[in-house]
Amino acid sequence: MEIILAIITGVLYASGIYMIMRRSMVKLILGIILLGNGVNLLIFLLGRITKGEPPIIDSAEKVLEGVYADPIPQALILTAIVISFGLQAFAIILVKRTYKVLKTDDLDQLNTTDEDS
Amino acid sequence: MLGAVLLGFLFSLFLVFAGSYFRGKLAVLSSLIPISLFIYFLTFLPQVSAGEVIYENHEWIPSFGVNLSFTLDGLALLFALMITGVGSLVFLYTAAYLKDHKYLDRFYGYLSLFMAAMLGLVLSDNLMSLFIFWELTSISSFYLIGFNNDKADSRKSALTALGITGIGGLLLLGGAVLLGDVAGTYRISEMLMLRDVITDSPHYLLILLLIFGAAFTKSAQFPFHFWLPGAMKAPTPVSTYLHSATMVKAGVYLLFRMTPVLNGGEIWHTILISVGAVTMVYSAFHIIFRTDLKGILAYSTISALGILVFLIGIGTQAALIAAAVFIVVHALYKASLFLITGIIDHETGTRDVTQLAGLRKVMMPVAIAGFVAALISGGVPPTLGFVGKDLIYEATLHFKDNAIFLTIIAISTNVLLFYAGFVAGVKPFMGKLPEKFEKLHLPSPLMWLPPLVMTLAGLVFGLFPGLIESAFAKPIAMTQAIEFEDFHLKLWHGFNTILGLSAITLLLGTVLYFTLKPKHALENAIAKLDVIAPKDLLLKLSEGFAVFSRLWTNFFQTGYLRHYLSIIVAFLILLLGYLIFTDFSLEIDFSTLTELTIYEISILLMLLSGVLYTVFTKSRLAAVAALGVVGLSFSLLFLFYSAPDLAMTQFSVDTLTVILFVLVLYKLPKYLKLSDTGLRIKHGVLSISFGILITLLILRVLNEPKNTEITEYYAENAYKLARGKNIVNVILVDFRGIDTMIEISVLIVAALGVFGLLKLRLKSRDKK
Repeated sequence: MEIILAIITGVLYASGIYMIMRRSMVKLILGIILLGNGVNLLIFLLGRITKGEPPIIDSAEKVLEGVYADPIPQALILTAIVISFGLQAFAIILVKRTYKVLKTDDLDQLNTTDEDS
Repeated sequence: MLGAVLLGFLFSLFLVFAGSYFRGKLAVLSSLIPISLFIYFLTFLPQVSAGEVIYENHEWIPSFGVNLSFTLDGLALLFALMITGVGSLVFLYTAAYLKDHKYLDRFYGYLSLFMAAMLGLVLSDNLMSLFIFWELTSISSFYLIGFNNDKADSRKSALTALGITGIGGLLLLGGAVLLGDVAGTYRISEMLMLRDVITDSPHYLLILLLIFGAAFTKSAQFPFHFWLPGAMKAPTPVSTYLHSATMVKAGVYLLFRMTPVLNGGEIWHTILISVGAVTMVYSAFHIIFRTDLKGILAYSTISALGILVFLIGIGTQAALIAAAVFIVVHALYKASLFLITGIIDHETGTRDVTQLAGLRKVMMPVAIAGFVAALISGGVPPTLGFVGKDLIYEATLHFKDNAIFLTIIAISTNVLLFYAGFVAGVKPFMGKLPEKFEKLHLPSPLMWLPPLVMTLAGLVFGLFPGLIESAFAKPIAMTQAIEFEDFHLKLWHGFNTILGLSAITLLLGTVLYFTLKPKHALENAIAKLDVIAPKDLLLKLSEGFAVFSRLWTNFFQTGYLRHYLSIIVAFLILLLGYLIFTDFSLEIDFSTLTELTIYEISILLMLLSGVLYTVFTKSRLAAVAALGVVGLSFSLLFLFYSAPDLAMTQFSVDTLTVILFVLVLYKLPKYLKLSDTGLRIKHGVLSISFGILITLLILRVLNEPKNTEITEYYAENAYKLARGKNIVNVILVDFRGIDTMIEISVLIVAALGVFGLLKLRLKSRDKK
């Protein structure tokens, strides 16, 4: 399973980078999201995956023992998901606004700071 | 002594606030600073000439061994008196020369900053503080050279000077650090005991070259000499003070100071003698081709500095005494000649020596000063110049090898310097006064007294060389020479070889002066050789560097996101790919892997098809929907692999993102095919290789054992310390609670941004 997930992470990285290199702003955002998912999966994998053993202490116990999934990557990824949501929301609205003002979706036409271009 | 050094800094700081009061008549009062310092240093004269060395130490950064430690011995006192003495006269002179200049206060500020830095330099006993003061002199001289900052070539010269001396400063820092490392101390007085340790160290040659580099750039030795003629763009008081009497001698001072520490035989002699000799002969010959008075003086200054380096290279006691005396001689006559040139320039408006004549009729005291200065410069008895020249010949004649060759070099340089002195100091005053100069009158005494005082001092010291001997020559010989031997300075040695050599010098100099006239034709002739001059070579180098960096920048800074990303990704692929290619073993221990079930395979297939569809679809809406599939597969994946919190978060966030996208995209146009196929393939190849790289890296990392220390800490303490049973939650809201709080504030900022962008009305634009 890990090998397949590693390959999938590679696919997410590749597609994310490829989309970021496109000229369309929407594709840029899609690329960022894909890349973000790839990074989350990378962190998840490096924390080693465990099936069906969430890091939650039994109601009778006080200390977590035995086999359990690593809570640290999970905490990291949770933060990452939430922050990237903030970024995505802002970027999406920014694209909308840019399109409204400049009537273009092409990054190459945003290359100048001149008012009248 | 600390106070004496700081006084100039404080005064220039004071001028920043109170400068406007010093622009008018009060300006002359600023010369009280150097005059009082001069008197202060004079009071040390009896102690120092008795052979005492005065130390003073103030802790600064003791943990680095960097302290403000000062030492006052013969050498330091000679320079300190020269700095404050010439400084006093220059301060007085400036009050008249730049009278009513609108930035006169600024000029005095730079000048006293420079004076303080220079005093600190010659008094420092610590190599690090010496370096700091050394840099301060470079910086203040930059401001002084570029004082007429509305002129382009003034700015350019200032930049050249700063560049060259700045390189020297770096070399000095390198040398100082290495030397401090080898000796274990930055105090020069302690290094004196460690001479053998330093000369035997493997870094000795490097230290020597670094210190030499610093000295040669500062003291304008070949091939770094060219900044000095350029620096003559500065107002004349600056040329007088910095570029003849003091700053350019800082390099000489450094070599002098380091003689007892670093003089380690053959290599010291070889480098210093050859560089000094080339400099002195090369620039002495340049004098012939100059018609600008300041140009003549600039080249003769370089030549004199060459003589000093040459003498220090010879390094015998006789040579060191000759150097010490020649420093005084040169300061006296060269500073006077510069001041006289300044008066001529100020009154007639030209420095072209072919046009100047007969000025003695309108400014007699200046003419007297000029004449005496020329006599000192030419080494005519009974001036101090004669004593100095004799000492030089004595030093060259008694050097162990090549004595005759070195003496011939010294003679030819001296002949040309004789010529330079007379062209600058006598020629403008001789002959018939041209009509256009008849209405000139004598300037303020503030201008003609300083050169007169200096030249008369040269005359007095020549008649009574004992003054110099007891005050400086002996203390210097005692501390700087390796073996001290008693000696006496005399004006008259009786009839011997040296007297004969002096006579030959005078005779040849006189002949040269009367046969060779400065001509523009000669100046133009040499200008053709500029192509191979070190200055132009260096300029071309720096221009080439500018072109190169422009190309470099234009290549990398295109302003296109994809270019930046391609470069970063390509670089990573090359770097990590090389590592993987050379040192990589992929051994997968299949027993530790989790097994596959049909659920997971179906989710992964869903995920994969979602990703691919997002990338390749032509419909924007379909891409967003496929992205939603990717996100949902992720939350299922998290659910399977023991991360329920992640699954929940991913699910809600993904839903929100998709909704937001759809709302916005609704108004956007269709995808356009913007990039061509070739570019797509190129980007595709790059991305796929990067993906492969990441996969390989993950597999590599999975082989390594995992550190579980922190995980175990949380597992054990989540309930005990934080009373929570869901460990992920406990980490987020308790152990890393502040991080989460900051994260929330980031989200608030993003929300505010979104709100602002939605509500913002660009009215002026909308109207168009």
